[in-house]
Amino acid sequence: MRTLRELRRYPSAVLGLSIIGVFIIVSIVTIIAIPYDEGIRLWRGGPGVWDYNARRAAPVWFDWFTPDRLPRTMVMYLDDATMTKELIGDGMERVEIIFDFEYPYDGFPKEFTLFFDGNLTAGRADLSFYWWRPDGQVITVAQNRSIRGISGRYPISQDTDLREMLGAPPHVGLFAEDLDVKTAEMKPLKGDYRMMIEGEMPVGDEFHQVEMVVYGRVEGWGGTDHLRRDLIVGLLWGAPIGLIFGVLAAVGAQVSTFVLAGIGTWFGGKVDFIFRRLTELNMILPFLAILIMVAHLYSPSIWVILGIVIALNVFSASYLTYRAMFLQAKELPYIEAAQAYGAGSFRIVFTYLLPRALPILLPQFVMIIPTFVFLEATLAVLGLGDPQLATWGKMINDARQYSAMYMGQYYWMVLPSILLMTVGLGFALLGFSLDRVFNPRLREL
Amino acid sequence: MGTILKNLGRFTLLRGVALFVTVLIGVYLTVAIANMGGAMDEALKMQIRLEVTQLVYQNPDYFNLPQTELQRLVDDLTQTRVRQEGLDKPFLERSVGYTRNAITLSLGRSESIMSDSGSRLVRNILLERLPSTLLLLGTSQMLLFFLALFWALFLSRRYGSFIDRAVIALAPTSAAPAWFYGLFLILIFAAILKVMPWGGMVVSPPPQTTLGTIVSILRHLILPVGAVLMGAIFSSIYNWRTFFLMYSSEDYVELAKAKGLRSRDIERRYILRPTMPPILTSFLLIVITMWMGAIVLETVFNWPGLGSLYYAAIQTGDTPIIVGTVVIFGYLLAATVFLLDFLYAALDPRVRLSFGGGRS
Repeated sequence: MRTLRELRRYPSAVLGLSIIGVFIIVSIVTIIAIPYDEGIRLWRGGPGVWDYNARRAAPVWFDWFTPDRLPRTMVMYLDDATMTKELIGDGMERVEIIFDFEYPYDGFPKEFTLFFDGNLTAGRADLSFYWWRPDGQVITVAQNRSIRGISGRYPISQDTDLREMLGAPPHVGLFAEDLDVKTAEMKPLKGDYRMMIEGEMPVGDEFHQVEMVVYGRVEGWGGTDHLRRDLIVGLLWGAPIGLIFGVLAAVGAQVSTFVLAGIGTWFGGKVDFIFRRLTELNMILPFLAILIMVAHLYSPSIWVILGIVIALNVFSASYLTYRAMFLQAKELPYIEAAQAYGAGSFRIVFTYLLPRALPILLPQFVMIIPTFVFLEATLAVLGLGDPQLATWGKMINDARQYSAMYMGQYYWMVLPSILLMTVGLGFALLGFSLDRVFNPRLREL
Repeated sequence: MGTILKNLGRFTLLRGVALFVTVLIGVYLTVAIANMGGAMDEALKMQIRLEVTQLVYQNPDYFNLPQTELQRLVDDLTQTRVRQEGLDKPFLERSVGYTRNAITLSLGRSESIMSDSGSRLVRNILLERLPSTLLLLGTSQMLLFFLALFWALFLSRRYGSFIDRAVIALAPTSAAPAWFYGLFLILIFAAILKVMPWGGMVVSPPPQTTLGTIVSILRHLILPVGAVLMGAIFSSIYNWRTFFLMYSSEDYVELAKAKGLRSRDIERRYILRPTMPPILTSFLLIVITMWMGAIVLETVFNWPGLGSLYYAAIQTGDTPIIVGTVVIFGYLLAATVFLLDFLYAALDPRVRLSFGGGRS
């Protein structure tokens, strides 16, 4: 309690505590809103999960800082369309589906795709596509194109014939104000567009789902990656994972060192000698290299990694710091008093010696947390992140791997980095202040 | 003087032996970990098989044999060689041999990675990559040490000033590792401003003149070294400045001031000298983290050193290279500890004069 009151006097402690508090709240909300399995499912993606998200799109709030109105993704369902059927004899009918929509944005869409689902006796249907523009022009997009009845799709933006005809990528050409200028200088034509899909099908055949997706340039609060995944899922899930990994590793590593230092110092002699040699050995072991080797050879699961991190940090360099403290504490009169009333060695170590050095442990413990949070990210950046979970490090790795920086998608790398840095700073600020509160000698300096 | 040198020599020798034993244990552990799933056995057997296959297929005597016969011959010979090399012995026995091989870096051939000169020998590949890692990290460590030292000394003189408090406020930024700052430096200077190279060690194609090469390497060094400095310098300055302040409030410093010694002399003789041992210890810990950080830093900057080699080996699953790199990192760490221990001993009068003190 007194500690808390004293901490309030340090602005950096208040800032650090608030940062940690915010991240803890975000973590709890995330775990409740997107449960563990759901998080894994979303991050794995696959068909049907992120189909209607634009690929590599910036976050929506990017739009607030640009003078233009950047295109959002527009998804139109069969309910938004008008469908007419007309019998033409021979057991066939002519089907016509019309999508009417307004395009109000200052930029071109990123992609343009149609999705189909239905019961077709032949498994396929031949459809024709026509495009009405606000300026009255009608463009034949495709004629008699064979569309599958089950997860059928027509990626208009990848249609090479159309691209040749328009002289520009279809998702640009179809929306362009003037097709005669160079692609780089083209501007979109705002206004009402119409997509007409028509075809002849046997009576009884039906599309029960047709979606037209005009992919935007901004998407979601965190943007999207190369697999159309909404990065907000990863940004949110990164918080609990980073915190849990950092705190558990710090508890495992620091507390075990602390206890062993207490035991080693109390018994002295051979025990202390062996522990000190082990500490030295541990210092020379190439920790990260071994960790990477294990993650590569055995399992990159984050929980296995956590175990190894703790195991390799039992005799960490902090042993020497704690030892110096315990050596002093060991000589204090109250320890002697405890011995005099006949307390056993372990009782003395755990109830008298260890608590005495808590002020040293606590700041060290808090300050070491960011190291482990970043350690997880480090492994991820080397491609050894947990294969299932979304973490900040994995997002940075993806961004690097899929050249987000070359292609100007800075948000992809910057957002997880900022979160990592903020968490790291939160703990570091708190740790530095704790150090000053508990170690008065520092306070004057 | 004679006794000082003798003490120093004895100390160095003992430390050297102790460190070598430590490295030995470390390498043994590495080998044991690497082979827990049989990865090293597999790698060795594959190499034997490869050699045997080559021998059999190139032997003119066997040219007329049918394919199945040849295959059986290869199998048999491989079996024999495996037994000869003792690969069927229990792990405890094999591990001794593995450790010996690993210590001398005679780890045979890599599985897929080749050195620039076209060699597949693990030792050649490792030794080819070593200089660039030493260049990058050596430069960073030297710069870090001297910059932090002078800055810390400077701040301890201006205790409480704005710049002093600014550095204290910046100290927590060292929580992030070097590669993290590296990414931002690349983002700012390579992606947005386009004034610095994205990574690598020299421009491609390499310059014709030696001077051109040196200039190019220096240019490519700026960002990674900058990243290392950003990741460690503020907390070092903060910690070392605190050491300086602690020692400058000692009584003998007051006495020296009272005697009227020049402040420059006081600083050198009474403050800098006794502060060096704790500073060296703190620097040692930083350097150890730095060696490990090299793996990611080099990967991020595409620097052709041991770190990016390790990354490439992990990507392709090249076990001999993986083990070799871990071993060479172990050597580098031990060498660092040894060097700093030596400096420590040379500076610490207790070690110099009586021998028996030492770190810890």
